[in-house]
Amino acid sequence: MIRIENISKMYKTKTGGFLALDNVSLNVEKGDIYGVIGLSGAGKSTLVRCINLLERPTEGKVFIEGQEITAMDEKDLRKIRQSLGMIFQDFNLLMQRNVLDNIKFPLEIAKTDKKTAEKRAEDLLKLVGLEEKSNSYPAQLSGGQKQRVAIARALANNPKVLLCDEATSALDPVTTLSILNLLKDINEKLGVTIIIITHEMKVVETICNKVAVIESARIVKDGLTKDLINHFEEVNQ
Amino acid sequence: MSLLTEFSDILIKGTLDSLYMIFASTFFSYLFGLPLGIALVVTGDNHIMPAKHVNRVLETVVNIVRSVPFIILIIAVMPFTRMVAGTSIGPKAAIVALVIGATPFVARLVESSLKEVDKGIIEAATSMGCSKFEIIYKVMVPESMPSLIMGASITTITLVGYSAMAGVLGGGGLGDIAIRYGYYRYEGELMVVTIILLVAIVQGIQVIGNKWSKKINHLN
Repeated sequence: MIRIENISKMYKTKTGGFLALDNVSLNVEKGDIYGVIGLSGAGKSTLVRCINLLERPTEGKVFIEGQEITAMDEKDLRKIRQSLGMIFQDFNLLMQRNVLDNIKFPLEIAKTDKKTAEKRAEDLLKLVGLEEKSNSYPAQLSGGQKQRVAIARALANNPKVLLCDEATSALDPVTTLSILNLLKDINEKLGVTIIIITHEMKVVETICNKVAVIESARIVKDGLTKDLINHFEEVNQ
Repeated sequence: MSLLTEFSDILIKGTLDSLYMIFASTFFSYLFGLPLGIALVVTGDNHIMPAKHVNRVLETVVNIVRSVPFIILIIAVMPFTRMVAGTSIGPKAAIVALVIGATPFVARLVESSLKEVDKGIIEAATSMGCSKFEIIYKVMVPESMPSLIMGASITTITLVGYSAMAGVLGGGGLGDIAIRYGYYRYEGELMVVTIILLVAIVQGIQVIGNKWSKKINHLN
């Protein structure tokens, strides 16, 4: 589904360069809920941004369903981005649009006709359990509700992949759990492959079937969550 | 009172000339200033169309025009005014100078409004497959609309003052009346009346701007 081959990302700084990713490879299969865990500054946010090329890797290749997106022109890239939903720590909703119009936004970009878009947005709102909030504005919602709207928005164009960048880090534990359950539901019912960037082991334990541990720009360990958890327990003992 | 009846025709014409100058020049300053302000933002570092050299040129041009005192600018651009408006006196001619003076001012106001839009929202829009153009007109402009409207009312009010100045140099309108009758002919009362009219115009614009901006703002 997603194949990352030997990507590196170097940021130019005044004193030379800063290596945010160092020769990272990752293979995510269809239906995975893949966790990428690491401390802040380890490079995990850069990694997830390299999957939809919000950040362009300095070296290496990224493939989505066998297509090399690192070789695509701007137009094809925009098209493929519509099949990669993304949610963020700070939700990033459009503050001057109401909930329904936020969900309709990606449909507008994809030039979906108005009637279909309206229906789709209403269905998604039901899916995330916020039917009664369709006319509210983001400023009137709680953090958890905002993230639900963001999830509905990210799913609008029926993406095959959902990228989650610290999607629960701004939420309290109870809300975190409800968002994680929603993501799990989406993975099971809609078959959406999910990549979750987090610094919380609990998030990985709760929903990820696979996990990669990233440490100072490198992936130091990856595999099935259950194997890695055993490994950590051994290390800790 | 007799003074007001005597001069009522002049005052009505002056007010209409002033309003015409103010609103026409606001319109044209936005026609040029809005794209210029957008360009200032998007060509900046780490924005959606970074272009260091273009940005530097725009910055310099805006700063140069903004440094010239408006009264000097009116005189300096007179040959150009004659070319565009066919004359260098009257409200139409004044509009040319007003637009040149106000466009960089508008560009700066637009720039500061657009910079308020959270980078994260722009990133989210990019992740959804928005083109750069869509990010500008579907995200940046609508998201900063309440602030842009406040800026437009500031611009319009600034142009009330500028248009009065242009009036002194043959532009007509209330400024012209104030100086010709009030100052040169010692008709103090007429001067007071023109000032009251100008205050009323400014108040009106500010109240409308505030209400409108508040009405469309969903941030709170």
